[in-house]
Amino acid sequence: MHIVVCTKHTPDSGAKMSVDDVGNVSWGESPLIINPWDEYAVEEALTLRDEHGGKVTVISMGPEEALEALKHAVAMGCDEAIRIWDDACASSDTLATSYVLAKAIESMEDVDLILFGKSAIDAETWQTAGAVAHRLGYPSLMYTINIAALDADGKSIVVERLLEEGRQEVSSSLPAVVGTTKGINEPRYTSFIGIRKAAKMEYPLQTLNDIGAEVDKVGAAGSGVRWPQVFAPPAREGEAEIIEAETVEETVSILVEKLLAEKVI
Amino acid sequence: MSNDIFVWVEQFKGQVTGASWEAIGTARGLADGTGGSVVACVFGGEGVEPLAQEAIAYGADKVLLAEDETLADFRVEPQAALLAKAAREGEAAVVLIGATFRGRDLAPALAVELDTGCIADCVTLELEDDQLVATRPIYAGKLLSKCIIPERRPQIFTTRVRAFPKPEPDSARSGEVVEVEPALAEEDIASKVTGFNETEGGVSLADASIIVSGGRGVGGPEGFEPVQKLAQTLNAAMGASRAAVDAGWIPYDHQVGQTGKTVSPDLYIACGISGAIQHQAGMRTSKVIVAINKDPDAPIFKLAHYGIVNDLFKVVPPLTEALKEKLG
Repeated sequence: MHIVVCTKHTPDSGAKMSVDDVGNVSWGESPLIINPWDEYAVEEALTLRDEHGGKVTVISMGPEEALEALKHAVAMGCDEAIRIWDDACASSDTLATSYVLAKAIESMEDVDLILFGKSAIDAETWQTAGAVAHRLGYPSLMYTINIAALDADGKSIVVERLLEEGRQEVSSSLPAVVGTTKGINEPRYTSFIGIRKAAKMEYPLQTLNDIGAEVDKVGAAGSGVRWPQVFAPPAREGEAEIIEAETVEETVSILVEKLLAEKVI
Repeated sequence: MSNDIFVWVEQFKGQVTGASWEAIGTARGLADGTGGSVVACVFGGEGVEPLAQEAIAYGADKVLLAEDETLADFRVEPQAALLAKAAREGEAAVVLIGATFRGRDLAPALAVELDTGCIADCVTLELEDDQLVATRPIYAGKLLSKCIIPERRPQIFTTRVRAFPKPEPDSARSGEVVEVEPALAEEDIASKVTGFNETEGGVSLADASIIVSGGRGVGGPEGFEPVQKLAQTLNAAMGASRAAVDAGWIPYDHQVGQTGKTVSPDLYIACGISGAIQHQAGMRTSKVIVAINKDPDAPIFKLAHYGIVNDLFKVVPPLTEALKEKLG
């Protein structure tokens, strides 16, 4: 089985984000890491590979910083890693990014399954995986919390998807695009051997030419969305009004009165 | 190109999600400014026909109604194909979709199908000099981004659940209902829905107007009992922090935060939750936040509107009793 995991790099989730007067976003001294959601996708790919045989290729569209994500995925155990980039790809929205990723996947051989994290913690659009699925004409199985069955020879998969009201069980043919969510597994830590392997590994760069992508379908030219302004939200003023009374009964009754006055109960 | 705004109406078992009515209300406001119509797209299985009148009551001028077994259980392929066909034929200027799980699933397929932009998870949507400008949170709400779709049409927006007001239905409103046929036949759809297990304990986090959450402070699975009683008294949904989920005290389905669900209720009661930045990312837009925590230095008190510094097990049971008394 050939499994492809799509990943990206993001600032650490604890990073203090700021933006300057001209709209440049900064994450201070925080490191760039693999998008935390993608670790679930990598873990699932490795588990499936070990069970069904085959290989896992991790790919990322991004400048050199994207190597952070690829290296982490390789250190976890992925077999191959490919970075796709061209300066023309800058300012790509999800429409353009999904075009590049779909072209890259099309240029590979015998891909059975494509895995994504449920979203990326930077832009949090939750859009790229579904867009890639639609471009490839494959079923999109987002928010998967359990792969209940997978038949590599019969080319079929059964997953449980997490929706608002509960879990939907869906079966489909392969290839398919699966968006993983937390709860599907517990991502492994990288081992010392894994980190050494990742450090020695080669990370071939593929250009638009290599994957057969057209330059006017990537970057700003290939995007529908522009984001002319990024700004910090206004800070909430003050701290909580601490409710204190002689007894806990009095305290809670004051709180109930406050909530009634706020008209929220 | 028309000025019409199409809204995808999401339903589960014949019940429309709040996010869809919020989207129709938003569409109504924008259409009143641009002179377009609001077209509601109700695509479901047998028996969804009454939803057409409901959509009109909430603000639609016209409803495209498809009743077919292929549309009964939500799947991206048949919904996206029909919505794309409708938007193309109706020359939609805008398509609004509630940013629920299904909506976030549908929107990217629609955007690719129509070769246009989609701005996901908008918290505001306004007309500025004939251009729709959306604001959306990025980096877990630490920053906000203003986004536009300057050229491509239709412009697709998904609206964050409960970020836009839900309109009051007006049964006196009238509108046109047009029946449409599905765009895909069953044999052309690769995915099949084979089952659905509803979450126990009812109220969905996304739609809940009140959420009661428990964190590390509940101490164990049995510690969720008083929290759950409080939730039941308020007809609230049960939430949890990552710490409580990771400890295995409550299933992941209940997790609120950056790695869980993003919620925006009228009232959020955090019991024994310290309020890490990742938890705040999932609930900071709640209208009123109450924190109950024995640690006066817990970061949650910086975000909360009201706080009680005490052990949750001493506060939650009498609070539940007091509410029972007040609310009958």
